[in-house]
Amino acid sequence: MSTFLRKIYRNRVGFIGFCLSIIVVVLALTAPILRTHSPTDQSIRDRFGGPSAEFLLGTDNFGRDLFSRILYGYRTSLTVAFASVGFATLVGTLIGLVAAFYGGFIDRALMRLMDILLAFPIILLAIGVLAVLGPSTLNTALAIGIVYTPIFARLARGPALALLTRDFVTAASALGASSWRVVGKHITPNLIAPIMVQVTLSLSTAILVEASLSFLGLGTQPPTPSLGLMLSESRDYMLISPWVSVFSGLAILLASLGFNLLGDGLRDLLDPTLKHI
Amino acid sequence: MTSYIIRRLLDLLIVLFGVSLLVFLMLRFIPGDAVEIMLGANTDISPERVAALRTRLGLDLALHEQYLQWLGGVVRGDFGTSIWTGQPVADEIAARLPVTLELTLLSLAVALIISFPLGILAAQARGSTWDTLVRIVSIVGLTLPSFWVGVLLLYGASIYFPAFPVIGYVPFRDDPLGNLARLSLPCIAVSLPMISGLSRMLRSSLLEVMNADFIRTAKAKGLRARVLLYKHALRNALIPVITIIGVQLGYLLSGVVVIEQVFAIPGLGRLIIGAVNERNYPLVQASILVVTLVFVLVNLAVDLTYAWIDPRVEYT
Repeated sequence: MSTFLRKIYRNRVGFIGFCLSIIVVVLALTAPILRTHSPTDQSIRDRFGGPSAEFLLGTDNFGRDLFSRILYGYRTSLTVAFASVGFATLVGTLIGLVAAFYGGFIDRALMRLMDILLAFPIILLAIGVLAVLGPSTLNTALAIGIVYTPIFARLARGPALALLTRDFVTAASALGASSWRVVGKHITPNLIAPIMVQVTLSLSTAILVEASLSFLGLGTQPPTPSLGLMLSESRDYMLISPWVSVFSGLAILLASLGFNLLGDGLRDLLDPTLKHI
Repeated sequence: MTSYIIRRLLDLLIVLFGVSLLVFLMLRFIPGDAVEIMLGANTDISPERVAALRTRLGLDLALHEQYLQWLGGVVRGDFGTSIWTGQPVADEIAARLPVTLELTLLSLAVALIISFPLGILAAQARGSTWDTLVRIVSIVGLTLPSFWVGVLLLYGASIYFPAFPVIGYVPFRDDPLGNLARLSLPCIAVSLPMISGLSRMLRSSLLEVMNADFIRTAKAKGLRARVLLYKHALRNALIPVITIIGVQLGYLLSGVVVIEQVFAIPGLGRLIIGAVNERNYPLVQASILVVTLVFVLVNLAVDLTYAWIDPRVEYT
């Protein structure tokens, strides 16, 4: 772990991303401690307030404290991002491994299904899933998870196919290792580096997709604080008080930027061949 | 090349079959009774109305018969009728599609026009302040939520240029200037991530080509820098850039769907969101199908262009 920290520290872009991501995650985790007000309690007298000592980032149209709402917004946003990318990583990698290991018809069928999912523009597939399941935070995570699954399936299948022909894998099989042992002990550990990079980059885009979906009113429903929803609602009173629009959008940008830079840095560290891309 | 095209077209047919099947099954995946959910907002739900809608949607047939009936309609351009208005869904889509396509193509054009000079500039001035600036802008731009940029642009324009028409849409043939004026801000908002992605890609691809042996040879024989860059390096550097245009276009389309809400542009994005909210499933299905079809075809065009430009592509 300490070597990782030293390496990421030397990579300027990666280090900035690392710090930003840590800050965002800590803000989300400690929201109940750091919050200065309740994120949902309304106080009509304080509405449309600018940043002040009492309300660090101002208040919205119901007089709710924006700083506390952004903290809780991060909770929603990161919950969806981690849940969806976690789902996609597990299911996608498993599909990729099964396809590579069994080959033949199973491989063709599974990868065809992945091609079909990839044929949809990202947001449309997510909208379609949400149209079926109905809007909610959990369904948003599931929708984004389904959208990202083919990416991980493809990512795992390619290297897994190459690894299966390598001598050390053949040797393991020859020594009587079971299929699951070969995949678990010999194939999967070699896939961790590219998967880690993809996980971090996917978290960055998942935060954006979640914000888009709740901005459209299809994701998290009020009164649960959600950054996309806050930005969407703030449009109605932008001319009176632009703070909510500015800060909620900035919050989305910082979270997404953090994970993107971290992913970039990780790619430089873990996969030197991809340095230029 | 011909066999490659034929193989790609066959692939396309299989993918489109899968896409149509998934879109068709949407209605059947809904937890609960789709018909009752669709009529949910109505106060007078009589068993007769439910039964009538069920028959109209063909839900009383066997599943494969339903699919064949639906697909037969889709192929003939008949996507069914809207649950609420009773109008053919195809008519509503036909009215909205040109708006979305115009915004998408304009944004694509803007992205290409801006990202090329940026990418070349950054590659030429590698390591300079310009390079760093373009790098920072492109990294931030990639994660910039386009709907936020849209909201900020809208705010800025309404404060500083109150006379500038920012909301809504007028067709190009009615008022060309008004049309472009109204699409300019959404265009900027949507194209920013693509500008970032493309200029970054062009920069790294150009730097890679500039290190290649044939460039060194050309330099050694005393070729002028301009000819070297534009005639030799740029052409080769464009190849990887073209491959990511297809992927980028997916993000662009996603951006357009959301930005239509910000600027009240009556395109397919607004149509889809409205349809989801009022549970007008035939309209949701048809819109998703049409946009995905356009997306798949554009991606095919990009792939074929790539194969045509780069003779090294293996047609296997």
